[in-house]
Amino acid sequence: MLRDYVPVMLMMLVGAGFGVVAVVLSSALGPKRRSRVKKETYECGMTTQGATYAPTPIKYYVVALLFLVFDLECVFMYPWAVHYKSLGVFGFVEMVIFMVVLFVCYVYVWKKGALEWE
Amino acid sequence: MLEFVVPALNLKAILPQLILALTALTVLLVDVFAGKDGKTSLGGLSLIGVVAALVTLFLSRGDFESAYAGMLAVDGFGFFITLIICLVALLSILVAISYEKVCPEIRSGEFYSLLLFAAFGMSFMGSASNLIMIFVALETMSISIYVLAGFKRDNLKSIESALKYFLLGAFASGFLLFGFALIYGAAGTLDIVKLGSFFTAHPDLLHQPLVMGGVALMTVGFGFKIAMFPFHMWTPDVYEGAPSVVTGFMATGVKAAAFAALVRVFFVAFAALQTDWTTIMWIAALLTMTVGNLIAISQTNIKRMLAYSSIAHAGYLLIGFVVGSEIARSAILFYLLGYAFANIGAFAVISAMGSKGEEYNELSDFQGVGFKYPMLGLTMSIFLFSMAGIPPAAGFMGKFFIFSEAIKAGYVWLAIFGVINSVISLYYYLGVIVRMYFKDPEREISIAAPAGTLVAALSLAAFGVLQMGIFPSYVWDLARASAKMLM
Amino acid sequence: MFDYIWLVPVFPAIGVLINGLLGRRIEAVSKHLIHWIACGMIALSFTVTCVIFYQLLQLPGDQRFYQVTCLDWIQSGVLQTYIAYQIDPLSMMMAMFVIGIGFLIHIYSIGYMWEDEGRYYRFFVYLNLFMFSMINLILANNYLLMFLGWEGVGLCSYLLIGFWFDDEANAIAGKKAFITNRVGDFAFLIGMFLLFTGLGEHGVWSLQFSEVFTHVHYLSQSQATMICLLFFIGCTAKSAQIPLYVWLPDAMAGPTPVSALIHAATMVTSGVYMISRSNVLFSMSPFAMGVVATVGALTAIFAASIGLVQNDIKKVLAYSTVSQLGYMFLGLGVGAFAAGMFHVLTHAFFKALLFLGSGAVIHSMHHAYHKVHCHDDPQDMRNMGGLKAKTPITFWTFLIATLAISGIPGFSGFFSKDEILWQAWSSPQGSWILWLIGAVAAGMTAFYMFRLVFMTFFNECRAGEACEHIHESPPSMTGPLCVLAFLAAVGGYLGVPHALGGSNLFHQFLEPVMGLGDGKLLHDATQAASHGVEHAAQAAGHLMHAAAGHVAEAAGHAAEGAEHGGESMFMEYLLMVVSVALACFGILIAYIFYIRKREIPAALAEKYSFIHRLLLNKWYVDELYDLVIISPLRGFAYFLWRGVDVGVVDYIVNGVARVVGWGSSVVRYIQSGYVQSYAVSVVFGTVVLLAYYFLKAL
Repeated sequence: MLRDYVPVMLMMLVGAGFGVVAVVLSSALGPKRRSRVKKETYECGMTTQGATYAPTPIKYYVVALLFLVFDLECVFMYPWAVHYKSLGVFGFVEMVIFMVVLFVCYVYVWKKGALEWE
Repeated sequence: MLEFVVPALNLKAILPQLILALTALTVLLVDVFAGKDGKTSLGGLSLIGVVAALVTLFLSRGDFESAYAGMLAVDGFGFFITLIICLVALLSILVAISYEKVCPEIRSGEFYSLLLFAAFGMSFMGSASNLIMIFVALETMSISIYVLAGFKRDNLKSIESALKYFLLGAFASGFLLFGFALIYGAAGTLDIVKLGSFFTAHPDLLHQPLVMGGVALMTVGFGFKIAMFPFHMWTPDVYEGAPSVVTGFMATGVKAAAFAALVRVFFVAFAALQTDWTTIMWIAALLTMTVGNLIAISQTNIKRMLAYSSIAHAGYLLIGFVVGSEIARSAILFYLLGYAFANIGAFAVISAMGSKGEEYNELSDFQGVGFKYPMLGLTMSIFLFSMAGIPPAAGFMGKFFIFSEAIKAGYVWLAIFGVINSVISLYYYLGVIVRMYFKDPEREISIAAPAGTLVAALSLAAFGVLQMGIFPSYVWDLARASAKMLM
Repeated sequence: MFDYIWLVPVFPAIGVLINGLLGRRIEAVSKHLIHWIACGMIALSFTVTCVIFYQLLQLPGDQRFYQVTCLDWIQSGVLQTYIAYQIDPLSMMMAMFVIGIGFLIHIYSIGYMWEDEGRYYRFFVYLNLFMFSMINLILANNYLLMFLGWEGVGLCSYLLIGFWFDDEANAIAGKKAFITNRVGDFAFLIGMFLLFTGLGEHGVWSLQFSEVFTHVHYLSQSQATMICLLFFIGCTAKSAQIPLYVWLPDAMAGPTPVSALIHAATMVTSGVYMISRSNVLFSMSPFAMGVVATVGALTAIFAASIGLVQNDIKKVLAYSTVSQLGYMFLGLGVGAFAAGMFHVLTHAFFKALLFLGSGAVIHSMHHAYHKVHCHDDPQDMRNMGGLKAKTPITFWTFLIATLAISGIPGFSGFFSKDEILWQAWSSPQGSWILWLIGAVAAGMTAFYMFRLVFMTFFNECRAGEACEHIHESPPSMTGPLCVLAFLAAVGGYLGVPHALGGSNLFHQFLEPVMGLGDGKLLHDATQAASHGVEHAAQAAGHLMHAAAGHVAEAAGHAAEGAEHGGESMFMEYLLMVVSVALACFGILIAYIFYIRKREIPAALAEKYSFIHRLLLNKWYVDELYDLVIISPLRGFAYFLWRGVDVGVVDYIVNGVARVVGWGSSVVRYIQSGYVQSYAVSVVFGTVVLLAYYFLKAL
């Protein structure tokens, strides 16, 4: 049984080994020249202007979250659609129930005002 | 192309759970459509739903079958767990209604519907007969509880509690899911019954690393939910921070549901491995109760104390798990119900203590409560007596059943350790009673007169505790009949 | 209606719940409501009992048996116990008079306790609780439920004796009653265990009467004797027999209705009831029966002797109760179970009446003293006298009761006492000594009872200025007196013996319950003797009698009559005359001592001061018990406390506690509050689990 996993283990070993070897080798072989510029935060970018902390409105997260949830639920519809014929009435009813539950949540979200931006 | 066979749904068999879910949805809708006045009826509405679920549960009792294409086993075991869950939900809602005045956040659809969804998940966990179903139910329950724990949004402790529970809970769920995956890899099925017959048929496949790893990881996942040592660390912080109502609910409901799933998975799917997991669970039981009781002694906050005590109770329950006979499983069910009554009752008293806004959670706050608030004092004493295992309370009979079965099955030492631990636990349980009745208050505390629903919850819980302690035969017979039917 | 027997105990229980939980509030609204509820519940209970009793009478004698199972109680392995009640002549007879008298005393208490502010409701709660327990004791169909009632009445007795607990003496009397009773209860319990295991060896795991009594032959002679003796020890405590009678005189500290109800009419007779109920069991052991008879006879004369010189009106009645209870046990001990129960019944009537009458006297005296602000003892007979004219109803009813207890022909006490004495002489277990003791005690009873009447009601009033203020008690108190007086006068006609041309209805009624024991007893007695054709014939007669109930009784009596014939009838008349003569003699002496020549008692006391002091101090039994039992026990307890408990146990316990506490404070530091460290612990656990299972896999 365990023997079946030997290739996987080998693969993992090789993968991890490659990463480790690369990092170690580059730090060992590469030349090191230290300077003040190199130590700066944005060494190769623009210097920041003003406060770096810009709050994102909480609504942004709410909408993003809602999108994610409803989007994920939609994924269920694909396999259902593919098998729609073979599932017949049963499948239809099931999907209606599912949609009703989703719809209740949607109504709730709407009435709670989570969709209003202002 | 795969052909789908329309599965037997058997909606009737899961009617109680469906009612819970529908009530939860209705509560959500009522919340958004009703005005301010309507919100006061949310608690009542949820209450009606739970009572309806209880009624249908008893009406449909007897036709034990599998539902949802074998995803659910609607058997006696599931029946009893659902009974516990419904009672727990009922009591919690009663307490919550009385708590609305102090904590207005509760008077919202979210609270009650999350509570109902959690109950829905718990109940499914008790009757799920497929590993995936267990996981889905567990997540339904857990996610609701994460939110409930943090329900006091402007209270730092509450938020801390929710966050800790969520982080660690997600962590543990990962282990659980990984365990399921390994098992699937080994046996090619997730159905608990099929797993059982598969391993009985192929004993040679039992001791391969995949199965062993899977069992170990599942133990981690379930152990976290029931607060088994060493996965218990979250308990005191979470219990302390969460609103008392929620603490009572999660301390009893989650434990019952997780124990149910643990028992079902291990006794149906991995019965062939019993000799292997007995030893490690023996040690876990011993450590769990000892650690819980030891640390509980030095607590000064009653919620933390009860949190550690709930760890200890998980240890006693694990004794029943280790013994593993059918009677021991009945004893687990009996114990869970008795513990649920006593624990919810105790947390109800604690939330009553905070009925004027300020929380009185320090043990010293209980000084003199017995005489100043006789009803709270009396019921609290009953609940603590029950948890300590003193007759004539339910806890005594529960411990009696578990320990006597342990002795019969030859686990004499485990029983002895259990009894020693009970003795240790007396110290801190009785400590509260001593404070309530024999010490003068340190600071002036004022508590509003308990609301009607709180009185109802307290009396119901006290009645349950005493009924099971004085006339145990009814519940015991029910538990015996239920444990017999474990599909 | 039989199936509704559970209503009988439930009504008083409802009363307890209503008044117990809400009593303080109800009392604040209306005191009347309290006693309406309490008395109403007993009235309802009594009504149900009456209906059931009537229906029982409608059945033919051999079918008067019915059991009702109400609830599962304890279901544990072989022990299957139910809350179940039994309807048969014995239980219904007891229920009728217990609830009936209980009802009268409830009514009486309204007047007696009316002025007790703030505790009025509690008194009725206790009374109702007592009725509930007593009914359970009587109607139970198994020993365990009977024991529940047995303990319940003990508890109520304790609560009611110490009802006025502000006075420490009352509280101490309550404790004394309770602790003494515990000794007996313990024996009863052990007896029950022995019975349970004794029958269990033969596969009969039951404490239900009907089961036990049909399988009682499985027990060996020694087992039966042991069980019976233990049961009897239980009775000596509850029914105040030597050596555990000491609590009853002190129990008079309680309110007088309590003395009447609990410590005279009902509770103290539960021992008699229990032995009658177990008559089949006791019939197995002639030795135990002998012990019962002897103890009963000794108690009868011993208590009567103390009663001769007491001055407290209630103390006299208390010793008289102990003495009368002795009679009952004497009757039981010689196998006359029905006669013993008959005396229970008549005694309940006249003794309740005596106590209630004394209560009325005390009530009047107390009021009078209260008016003139005098603090003399209203219970001391030396302060009374001449009350005949001031409290006529009380006097006349009291006189009837006194005539009844003295055994004057025509009154109830005569019939029952005479029957016991006759059986003590004539039954196979009896002997002339037992009869003699009983007869002398009867004479003494007549003396001290009439001494009481003369000192209280006759002569001049000795209460000083309070005399003018003595009045009759309210109607709620005198009403029950009249009812009881009627019963005390005519109650005896239920059991007029054959010798006096009666048909002894009472015996016939109890025959289905008692016949079994009577027959068994004689059967055994003859077996033990086993000589002579005569006895064999007698045994055969009695066996038939046992088998065919009272139909065969006539035949049995006929057979007996043919042999002993007129001789026994003559003896019965002779003994009757002798005992009546003794009673009249006692009355005569009392008349001389306390009406005619009142200087005699003092002179006698002077002359025989040793005996007088001995009697006045109750034979120094309390002091003896203190010296022999209580002091050594206290010393031993002190040693256990100081030496063993504080010195050894506490040291160990505190040491362990300190170690545990230290461990606790160390372990709690693991709980840091950091999520990371919690996660680490989860990982740690996972690693251990994985390691464990992988090791298993290898």
